[in-house]
Amino acid sequence: MGTKFRESVQRAVNNANLTGALGAFSEAYKVNRIKAYEGIDFEELRDRISRLKEYAASHLVQLCEQFTSNAEARGARVFRTSNPEAVREYILKVARDNGVKTVVKSKSMATEEIHLNPYLEQAGLTVGESDLGEWIIQLAGQTPSHMVMPAIHLTREEVSDLFSKEVNERLSSDIPKLVKVARDKLRPLFLGAQMGISGANIAVAETGSIVLMTNEGNARLVTTLPNIHIALVGIEKLVAAYSDVATILKALPRSATAQLLTSYVSIISGPTPNDDGSLKELHIILMDNRRSDMANDPKFRQALQCIRCGSCLNVCPIFRLVGGHVFGKVYTGGIGTILTAWFDELKQSEDIQGLCIQCGACRDVCPGRIDIPELIMEIRRRLVQEKGLPLIQQAIYTVVNNRPLFHGMLRAASLVGRPLSSGRFIRHLPLFLADLTDGRSLPAIAAKPFRSLYNSIKQPVCREKVSFYAGCLIDFAYPEMGEALISILNKAGIQVLFPQEQTCCGAPARYNGAFEVAASNAIDNIKALSADDPQYVVSACPTCTVALVHEFISTLESIGQMEWISKARELAEKTVDFSSFVKKLVDQGRLSLREGEELGAITYHDSCHLKRTLKVSEQPRELLCKAGYQLQEMFECDNCCGMGGSYSLKLPEISGPILKRKLKNIRNSGAPVVAMDCPGCVMQIRGGFDQDGGGVVVKHLAELLAELV
Amino acid sequence: MYEQFKSKAEAVSAEVFRFETRYGALDSICSFLIAEGVADSPGCYALWAACPFLEGVDRKQLREIAGLKFDINRKLATGAKIGISQLDWAMADTGTLAGDSSAIDGRLVSTMTEIHIVLVPTSGILPDMPTLLERLQPDSSAYIAMITGPSRTADIERVLTIGVHGPSRLIIVFCDDLEGQADGN
Repeated sequence: MGTKFRESVQRAVNNANLTGALGAFSEAYKVNRIKAYEGIDFEELRDRISRLKEYAASHLVQLCEQFTSNAEARGARVFRTSNPEAVREYILKVARDNGVKTVVKSKSMATEEIHLNPYLEQAGLTVGESDLGEWIIQLAGQTPSHMVMPAIHLTREEVSDLFSKEVNERLSSDIPKLVKVARDKLRPLFLGAQMGISGANIAVAETGSIVLMTNEGNARLVTTLPNIHIALVGIEKLVAAYSDVATILKALPRSATAQLLTSYVSIISGPTPNDDGSLKELHIILMDNRRSDMANDPKFRQALQCIRCGSCLNVCPIFRLVGGHVFGKVYTGGIGTILTAWFDELKQSEDIQGLCIQCGACRDVCPGRIDIPELIMEIRRRLVQEKGLPLIQQAIYTVVNNRPLFHGMLRAASLVGRPLSSGRFIRHLPLFLADLTDGRSLPAIAAKPFRSLYNSIKQPVCREKVSFYAGCLIDFAYPEMGEALISILNKAGIQVLFPQEQTCCGAPARYNGAFEVAASNAIDNIKALSADDPQYVVSACPTCTVALVHEFISTLESIGQMEWISKARELAEKTVDFSSFVKKLVDQGRLSLREGEELGAITYHDSCHLKRTLKVSEQPRELLCKAGYQLQEMFECDNCCGMGGSYSLKLPEISGPILKRKLKNIRNSGAPVVAMDCPGCVMQIRGGFDQDGGGVVVKHLAELLAELV
Repeated sequence: MYEQFKSKAEAVSAEVFRFETRYGALDSICSFLIAEGVADSPGCYALWAACPFLEGVDRKQLREIAGLKFDINRKLATGAKIGISQLDWAMADTGTLAGDSSAIDGRLVSTMTEIHIVLVPTSGILPDMPTLLERLQPDSSAYIAMITGPSRTADIERVLTIGVHGPSRLIIVFCDDLEGQADGN
């Protein structure tokens, strides 16, 4: 990770204005978005959107041609190019040919993408942004920190200072007054500009129309007052049919700002008369700039299903801490990482792709149904393929890939770690490792791992047998969770096998782009877990479960190890997470929870992989309630705890504040106990409370239920 | 559908009225203009863009209001306090007005003024956008405009503020006997 990048992250997380504004927005957004979608079947809607955008992405050439001929038939001039330089030159030429001195713009990410403003300014033109947020940013000499709210990082006082300088008068920080100042100051710009430049939210091939949405009304003025209008359109904005407009507009404002519709929508189909009686000169530039390459990439084509609502930013636990500036100059957040990797170049995304913690919150809300975390992982994979792993990681994975060596080292670490640990925690690490225990204690490596304990556990001999997949954390840090699982399943008349050859699930390697390593882990585990031909493979770690159920297959597919796919599928079919398995046993009457207990209040933390990938959230809650707990939901119960595997080691400055927020939400629930299904979350949250004064008991669901069956 | 439209439009700060006849609407608009102190001086006058409503009423009453103008250009528009225009359609599910705005006058008076009054035939209320797009097509309108509430921003500290580049008040006047495109063709 670059030093400059690291510094920009630190600057951002320490900017109280930014994190305060973004934090408050993200909280309000979540509630308002749900309200805006009331009465609408979001899944059905995003099915339609992803279908129509997928169609467009796979027919780009055809739609470009259709758009061009239809728009030209209505009198627009259409310029098509794949080259940003050609776009800039074209716009300057139109300006020069018409004696344009002043240009007024409404917001357009495509113009940001090609750095149009500095180019036109260097050529001697005056360029004014008319979107209030963009204008503020322009006055401040900054770049947008959010796609929809560009100036969200600035306070009213800072805006007042900027405006005061601009109008040469000391202004108050009253927001309506500041807005009025902007209106008055920008009016002459609109009236005097000879050229208006806009983007487009949608371009319709069937009719040659462009669709523009704003709340302020500036796009209406930009397309009305100057006698020349140039619209710069990225070809991913194309849709086939006019009726597609209604489908996209149903989601775009709701997902962007939780509005039913923006104040203004304009559908422009050909030039209209100016107020001097002449006909407007309408130029539409269809810009490719690597979008076709993206469409031809089987993995990344789906990124063209983006409608630029920014909801992936709004729900991202990382974005709300760091804002847009750390992402670079143009596109930000989850989708921005992907667009930067393509429109700029892959290596530009090297640092920013590492910001994604893979919690999956964006995937749940994306109206284009883009699997953003998966695509970011694909970027990681390609970066590693292109550049190789950093040396230190290479060394780590050489070890992880050699199970006896890896497990031997973990055992040794339990001895080495002892002088640093107090009780079951490592509270402080020396030197440069100190960041790892900043705000969170790490669990001490267990003196005896689960794999050594297993043989000394007395189990009844049962006809029904399942295999237990422990995963590294339960095996080496929390063997008691494994013991709890065995005692619960034994009560249901199930004997638990533990194939000793099992090893790391490969998630850490995969999440770092080391797919070869992950594939080798997958094959080792497939061999180990298929040997006994068990009826089920049960895991008490959702990240491991996801690896067994989904990722072994996709990892093997992506590096072309097809001979293992059918075995991987068999394993996936058999694998089940602990909560779902136990819930089923209880429902079948094979396992009974003690009746009539009053256990008091409890709160439940949803682990990312369990809730969003495995879609399990009700089962653990029902089990807790049935056992006699009173569930008191915390605020943002399904927000990531900041662990993210090695993420918390790589970016502790981000993981730390996310954890703090989680701890606060748990405390505020008032429950003395918090339950969860993931040993990684236990490690993060338990370690957090250890350094934050304690007072809340943190338990894996298996540990709680073992006492209650 | 009218009630649904009204509640959705009011939720985004529009003001909604309904009259059985054009003359009822006209009387009400005239009283409003007078109450707002419309006068023939900068920042105080009103502009009325050519529209079917105007063609269908006796303008005698209107001529008596000093400061109400019918000839429109960008200069006049930027100094006007009130703009009046007609839009033929409304969408009930979002509280949105829509119509053909190919003629620039309608856009000038609806974007540059502080108060925008829109006349709408009650028969033009449709359930939603898919229905609208079936009726309002690029072939007959090079500039389709949709308006949902007044101009707004939340760009400074996320505080919702009304009236940035466009009007700070949107007054919607439905007339039951005003013929729109829903009736004739």
